[in-house]
Amino acid sequence: MFQTKRKKLDQLTITLNILVKLSMIMTFIIIIFMIGYIFINGIPHLKLSMFSFTYTTDNVSLFPAMINTVTMTAITLLIAAPLGIGTAIYLVEYANKKNKIVGLIRITTETLAGIPSIVYGLFGYLFFLAFIGWQYSIIAGALTLSIMILPLIIRTTEEALIAIPIEYRQGSYGLGAGRLRTIFRIVLPSAVPGVLAGIILSIGRIVGETAALIFTAGTVAKIPDSLFSSGRTLAVHMYALYNEGLYVNESYATAVVLLVVVIAINALSTFIAKRFKKG
Amino acid sequence: MNNIVIENLDLYYDDNHALKDINIKIPLKEITAFIGPSGCGKSTLLRTLNRMNDLIEDCRISGRVYIDQEDIYQSGTDINLLRKNVGMVFQKPNPFPMSIFDNVAFGPRTHGIKNKKEFYAIVERSLRQAAIWDEVKDNLNKSALSLSGGQQQRLCIARALAVDPEILLMDEPTSALDPISTNKIEELIIELKEKYTIIIVTHNMQQAVRISDYTAFFLLGEIIEFDKTETIFSIPQDKRTEDYITGRFG
Amino acid sequence: MKSFNKEKVMQWVFLLTASTSIIAVGLICIFLFVNGFNALTEIGLWNFISGTTWRPNNDIYGIFPMIVGSVYVTAGAILFGVPLGIFTAIYMARFCPSNLYKVLKPAIDLLAGIPSIVYGFFGLMVIVPFIRNNLGGNGNSLLAASILLGIMILPTIIGISESSIRAVDKSYYDGALALGASHERSVFFSVLPAAKSGLLAAVILGVGRAIGETMAVIMIAGNQPIIPNSIFQGVRTLTANIVLEMGYAADLHRLALIATAVVLFVFILLINFTFSYVKRRLR
Repeated sequence: MFQTKRKKLDQLTITLNILVKLSMIMTFIIIIFMIGYIFINGIPHLKLSMFSFTYTTDNVSLFPAMINTVTMTAITLLIAAPLGIGTAIYLVEYANKKNKIVGLIRITTETLAGIPSIVYGLFGYLFFLAFIGWQYSIIAGALTLSIMILPLIIRTTEEALIAIPIEYRQGSYGLGAGRLRTIFRIVLPSAVPGVLAGIILSIGRIVGETAALIFTAGTVAKIPDSLFSSGRTLAVHMYALYNEGLYVNESYATAVVLLVVVIAINALSTFIAKRFKKG
Repeated sequence: MNNIVIENLDLYYDDNHALKDINIKIPLKEITAFIGPSGCGKSTLLRTLNRMNDLIEDCRISGRVYIDQEDIYQSGTDINLLRKNVGMVFQKPNPFPMSIFDNVAFGPRTHGIKNKKEFYAIVERSLRQAAIWDEVKDNLNKSALSLSGGQQQRLCIARALAVDPEILLMDEPTSALDPISTNKIEELIIELKEKYTIIIVTHNMQQAVRISDYTAFFLLGEIIEFDKTETIFSIPQDKRTEDYITGRFG
Repeated sequence: MKSFNKEKVMQWVFLLTASTSIIAVGLICIFLFVNGFNALTEIGLWNFISGTTWRPNNDIYGIFPMIVGSVYVTAGAILFGVPLGIFTAIYMARFCPSNLYKVLKPAIDLLAGIPSIVYGFFGLMVIVPFIRNNLGGNGNSLLAASILLGIMILPTIIGISESSIRAVDKSYYDGALALGASHERSVFFSVLPAAKSGLLAAVILGVGRAIGETMAVIMIAGNQPIIPNSIFQGVRTLTANIVLEMGYAADLHRLALIATAVVLFVFILLINFTFSYVKRRLR
């Protein structure tokens, strides 16, 4: 009759089981090791002088770079968010799906998404600096970055808009509201968490970006007087430190700051995702 | 008196001939029921009356639809004004993810009411008309999604009434609800016909008998018969009507 | 009517914003391809792609070593990242208890957000010395780049593989189990094959990431413009080629760098096309 006692598992099953568990452990160890190593080597060197207002070769302050990162992020989003959200609104709420323009927009958006950041940097240099004639400047960097994150914002906003049930739109149209009003009063407010998640993801990318900025925004280690002057962000600052080859400890400390920023951004994004699920 | 007159209406979804040569005159301030088996054009015809079919790609229409002696498919028609005048209640209750108050106020806000006092008056009046005021008057700021299914549907009715329509289109309004809510809403609809012309699509023949004054029987995109409800259900002229009513097919 | 005009205007406004990506791609293509074309007409397409010497001082521009460099480094990344990533994804999707999942998933998402400069720094401080001291060579090597890039593409591979595995219909697993297969066998021999196209997508996206990576690579790969004979030798990728010399390149040299970017662009387009093609075949 049937064996109801616990049978011994076969060799392959046991092997597979061990393999997956081992992989998970290894991945986890890599993550912990990387982050831990940087924190252990960096935190002791986080001196207060590193947060002074002006950079000198003595204090190796990362404060100007932090300010520049904030400015860069803000300006990039100011440019890219309206454009990206507008594009998504057009694709979801207005466009006839079979329209040729829609296909063209999709292809170009996907193409943009696949271009490596160094190619963006090269383009930014060729267009804004060589062609238009600007100097290394925040604005050149921001414009380059906004093209780079455009596909990300478009994709996440589109997903958020599509997730809004069609019944809401029907209810609004049925009451005689026009398309604009339906979009701005009914659809967009409900889509805010998704759109926000996309923006936060973009912030993460902007903060971590180096290759696209070195040859557009430049590497000057101070807070620039105007948008048309050069200024380095935190990530570029790390690159500059590496290039100089001198400040290992300060590099660790800068890496810690970058990691903390990334962790904070991730946590914020998860938090908003949870609010999204609830509402 | 009729305020809705449909002449020679044909409707196509792509190649599908969904409505065939519809001719009907809907009487003023009465309840007209559209009955018939699934997929035979009842809801489609309903949606031509407030041009919700415009939202569907590949939908073509020929013929005339007159409301108050004006062809609503004429170019230059203000569609949003049309939809204000011809309200709709959907099969599945679809309140907005907002407070009860904001749901009802959405319509008036859209159509230009700015005065706060007017708002409150309209919201209260609409909720009373929809027979739900007493249940929600202390909780107007609660989310509409927290109401039960039957309450949500009455809220949707209140929301439709708040824009002061002349005509009310109801697409199987109680099919997603329990018997008690259904009962309440049917009573509500009977009260409403004092002020509004009502067209109700229903799968439920008993419902048509209970509440409607006139009934149109649809089959495969055509109106087979249209008459007073008592006539349709007692001495139908067409054999197909008789077969449907007596349950020979459904 | 007033509101009608406003609607029409806004529709055009949205269309205008939507055409930004078309304009952007257009500009990028013009600036890259026109300059790249100029470079190639001077250097010669075949000389450029197959030339094994890169000596800007003598105006010799052969990027074959860099093409090989990119290919090797990407292949190495796949070797290190894909098996580890897919097995981890299998664990996360079908073996992981839910409280552990709440810890693991954020950790992997975190990995995805770490800037490449930080990865590069870590590689420089840990991986390179390790190789130098224990395995030989300078440390700045193909091996270092492969390991680091493998780690960098892990989150991409794990993320997409996990969703694909989760998306597989329940009936595949249930069916195998009902025939008496163990949990492990059911997952590996019924669920996993059903997730084939998603897993492939994950790998191809990982490849895309690896081939476009710049900063981390220049810090640890050595950057010699030669074809390496062993994994302990240095190597230069197409991306590194651009970034290392862009600051001071002029005239033909600069054009050659742009042409490098064009070659990279074409590579990536090819990868994307293969992706779409294979996806369609697997349906």
